[in-house]
Formats: sequence, C-alpha cells, structure tokens
Amino acid sequence: MKKSNSLRTLVQAGWGILTNSYVQGWMPGPPAIYQGPLKRFCVPGMNCYSCPGALGSCPIGAMQAVFNGRRRKFAFYVVGYLATIGLLVGRFICGWLCLFGLIQELLYKIPTPKLTVPEKIDRPLRYLKYVMLGVFVFALPFFYRTNLGMGEPFFCQYICPVGTLEGGIPLVLLDATMRGALSWLFRWKCALMLVCVISSIFIYRPFCKYVCPLGAFYALFQKVSVMRMRFDQDKCVSCGLCAKTCKMGVNPVLNPNSAECIRCSECVHACPKQALSFGVGPKKEAKPDEVVPVRLNV
Amino acid sequence: MKQEASLKVTLVMLALSITMCGYGVLYNDEVKIVLKKATAICMQCIGLG
Repeated sequence: MKKSNSLRTLVQAGWGILTNSYVQGWMPGPPAIYQGPLKRFCVPGMNCYSCPGALGSCPIGAMQAVFNGRRRKFAFYVVGYLATIGLLVGRFICGWLCLFGLIQELLYKIPTPKLTVPEKIDRPLRYLKYVMLGVFVFALPFFYRTNLGMGEPFFCQYICPVGTLEGGIPLVLLDATMRGALSWLFRWKCALMLVCVISSIFIYRPFCKYVCPLGAFYALFQKVSVMRMRFDQDKCVSCGLCAKTCKMGVNPVLNPNSAECIRCSECVHACPKQALSFGVGPKKEAKPDEVVPVRLNV
Repeated sequence: MKQEASLKVTLVMLALSITMCGYGVLYNDEVKIVLKKATAICMQCIGLG
C-alpha cells in the first residue's frame, strides 16, 4: 500500500509542478503571470489562474468568469469539459491530479493526534460543497449584478482558499507594490485559508469533503462514470479493512462508487482478497442461463 | 445493492457533454472570456483592492 501511496503522491506532485511551471512568474518583481494560449484550457483540478506559475485556468474560476460576464452566458465550454472528465473518471481527478488535495494530504502527514468528525456533523456538512457549487459558483455569479451591471466571482472572491494560497500570498510576497492594495478581503480570505490549512493537519482533506465545488461537480457523475469501482462479493471476507483504510469515510463494500470516494485506490490495495478493483462500466452480472460455479463446504 | 447505471447511459451523457463543450467553444465565444480573465491578475480572487 505504501508503494501505491508514493506513486499517487508522485503523480500529484508532478502534475502540480507541471501545471505551475511558468518560471518567470516566480521571479521577484512586478507580477508576471502566464498570459499565453495554454490559459484557454482548464486544468482538471483546483488551481488558481492568478498563481504566478499557473499555465492553465482554474475550471471553477473560468465557470464564474463566463457566468458573471456582462452578457450573462451559460458556461457550456467549461461545464461540458468538466462533465466529460466526470463522466470518464468521476472523482479520480480529486485523488490523483489536484494540487490543493496534495497540499492537504501533506499537511495531514504532520504527526499530531487526528480528529474524527462526529457523524452527526459530518453527514450534513458533506452537502455544503453542493451549496458552494449551486449558490456561490453558479447562482450568485449568474444572477447578481452590481449597480454598474458588473457580476462577481463569488466563490473565488469571498471563499476560495486555493486562490489565497496559490495566488494572493505568492503575488504579495513577490511584489512589494501589491502590499499597498491589501484590503479587508485579503485578511478575510487569509483567515479562511488558515482555517483550511490548520484543519487539514487534524482532519483528512476537509476542503475536499466539505467545501470544494469542483469535487461536488465530479461527484455528480461518480455512479455513472466509465471508470468504476467493482466489488466482488464472492471474494470478500468482511474483514472491514477497506472501510478502515478509507480516509474519506467511505465503506467500499456498501457503496463502492460513493460520491465521497476520491478514487485514491488505497482500499483496493488494502484488501487482502483483491475483492475491490477498478474497471470500465458496471460489473457484469451472470446471466440466468449461465452456469455459475457453486462452492460446496464439505 | 442498487443496480448500476449501464454504460449506454454514460456514453449518451458523454456525447451530450462533448457537444456542450464544443458548442461553448465554437458558438458561445467562451474561450475568449476565459482567456481574457485568466491572463489578468484577478484582484478580486486574491483579495486585493
């Protein structure tokens, strides 16, 4: 299992470096974010496009940019792109290609006592990310306009800790002139970001579980995606190791394609009987006229 | 366990999502909006100003 974890961390880190490798942006001096053609494309995970090194766009930011435009358009391109990814792999992106997910995982590795959020709080709180998606990413940017007819990217502007950590703080550190423009909003967002960072030390991926609108979007497609978790009842010995291993609070036996599963495959590697696996489409059920071997306990 | 959605449903939805994406790119002028937004520092997003 350690090998699979290392591979996943490597993939996450490699992807994070690759998609934020605009070296010029990281040089001290006047802010110089990448302005080339790659910014037409959205990276599949959460990654602020104001990050000095970002080569691609943030899909959540891009969605809001289209929604809150003067002409109030629906974001067919970004929604269609994200839906395509979701339909192919579900929340696999969360587990393997999200830089902010990696940051939270690395923070969780800090040796401290870990907290388990009581189920009475955890269960309803998991729906908060859908509120973030529906209200702060879609409804408010799409419908709200200021007196001047301008829309606002509500999630990015008032909530997203990813933008603060990857965009705001690096830009302020790299360029002293930006520090003069700091406002209450920066302090508010820093406070939110700190809450996220500190809670990540004690709780596994709290942003992914409770807040991330992109995770919420991909979760909508988890049960219908091409890539699916398969559970073989015949191999399972009910040891419970898979549920114990899962840090997202999923029981793969009861709900192998749970909306909360980030498809990190830790349960797959933890299972001593290989009862869990990933495959294409739903598990094929035996047809009635097929001969099914029966194990006799003699 | 509930019956899983068949692959046919997925493929139909995939066709729709790809069509949606294509429409957004070719007819809705969204790429221009995304590019314009992403190539400027979003002062609102990073909490400045």
